[in-house]
Amino acid sequence: MAGYNTSDFRRGLKVQIDGDPYIMIECNFVKPGKGQALYKCKLRNLLRNTVLDRTYKSGDSIEAADIEEIAAQYLYRQADPFVFMDTESYEQYELSIEQVDDAWKYLKEGMVCGMMLFNNNPIAMTPPNHVVLKVEYCEPGMKGNTATNVTKPCKVETGAEFPCPSFVEMGDLIKIDTRTGEYVERVKE
Amino acid sequence: MTHTQHNNFRPTASRQNLQLRARLLQRLREFFDQRGFLEVETPLLSADTVVDRHLDPFCVEFDNRRMWLQTSPEFAMKRLLADGAEAIYQVTRSFRLGEQGPLHNPEFTIVEWYRTDDDMDAGMQLTGDLCEAMLHCGPAERLSYRDAFEQYVGIDPHTADVGALISKVEELGIARPDSLSADDRDGWLDLLLVDRVQPHLGMERPTLLYDYPAGQAALARVRSDDPPVAERFELCVSGIELANGFHELLETDELLKRNKNINAQRAADGKPTLPEQSRLLAAMHAGLPASVGVALGFDRLVMLAAGAKSLSEVMAFPFDRA
Repeated sequence: MAGYNTSDFRRGLKVQIDGDPYIMIECNFVKPGKGQALYKCKLRNLLRNTVLDRTYKSGDSIEAADIEEIAAQYLYRQADPFVFMDTESYEQYELSIEQVDDAWKYLKEGMVCGMMLFNNNPIAMTPPNHVVLKVEYCEPGMKGNTATNVTKPCKVETGAEFPCPSFVEMGDLIKIDTRTGEYVERVKE
Repeated sequence: MTHTQHNNFRPTASRQNLQLRARLLQRLREFFDQRGFLEVETPLLSADTVVDRHLDPFCVEFDNRRMWLQTSPEFAMKRLLADGAEAIYQVTRSFRLGEQGPLHNPEFTIVEWYRTDDDMDAGMQLTGDLCEAMLHCGPAERLSYRDAFEQYVGIDPHTADVGALISKVEELGIARPDSLSADDRDGWLDLLLVDRVQPHLGMERPTLLYDYPAGQAALARVRSDDPPVAERFELCVSGIELANGFHELLETDELLKRNKNINAQRAADGKPTLPEQSRLLAAMHAGLPASVGVALGFDRLVMLAAGAKSLSEVMAFPFDRA
């Protein structure tokens, strides 16, 4: 099994420990002048989201995780699982609501997302950084009020609600930043 | 990829920090000049290299020969002492393979000085004075390695057996390398030092940590106390190791013995062995005068003076951009 040596250690490295996939989120090189070089690492479990502290000596290695990142189109939701399709192989993958997490708020049929496979099984997905969603319900807009600091909840086509400026109206298309969950702007199409 | 790598020609340090760096270098030379030290220059590329378990030199091969970029100018400077020099200093580049992080760059600027007839007290005094002159940080306090461990770890580092050190690491919840062997006493001490001791040192004023475990003597002499301790000290400022000093080992036989042991450890660690014979041995054989020698990381000193968090903020072109 392929592995990474301490000299390959860097943030973003995907490794396997005790059968679980982890991503290295921190790696600090420490070395007393005359002593052993140590790599103090923080690793996030990609299945459970827990964080593990590990220390490695220079020359140690960690098994590489068989992680593949693909583009997958969201097809539909079938009771619990969300169904996606690999845009290249057309293979279908299912993710549970726990795996999709908050991203359900942005999922529109046909949307192409990033998907992570571990040993060929889907474990997580990321929506595009910006998505455009149609407002299905909100309180009537206040004509002429262009202030963006006053917000109101707007329910969009996915069923999620986002705080939007008061001038937004039903039927508007709004752009949301999926990394922050914040309203960006109104768009024409 | 190649494009982005070659794209960024700019320095990582601000112009302000580079100006500070130049001023500190000037101040450093004034400090040594005022005390009668002679500035010297010695080869960066040498047929000899320091033999240390945890220092890996860059090897340069050409014309069927093998030479090393120096991990410190120690050997050459001691050859000058054996030839009659009494107080010398050098500001030069040193190279250490694989040492890279916010506080490490494989190529760095080292300040190294030697003064004959100094003992531990005089060596620590001079180191503290230099630190004060450079950082305006007040006089350094002294703390023995044993007292530091008793205070911050609750263990006597000279008498505790490895089992006790391992239990302590576990009790404190320190993440431990699986590969750290149960007989590597100094490895466990290093783990405790890095995690629990060093972060407390030099917080209010610089700390001189002294009298190291005999197993960590490197090129320091070992004083036959009970238990014996290495006459070695380190200067820490704001939890960062800044300098390392030795009351220098003088005996040829002892150095040869240490070199052999270190090479055996290096081989066991899966590292290339290093030449046990060197011109330093010849110099020691001819007679090396008693001295204290100290090496200081100049980039870290500038970093502390600048209030920076990483060496890249005070080096024009760190390794990734070299």
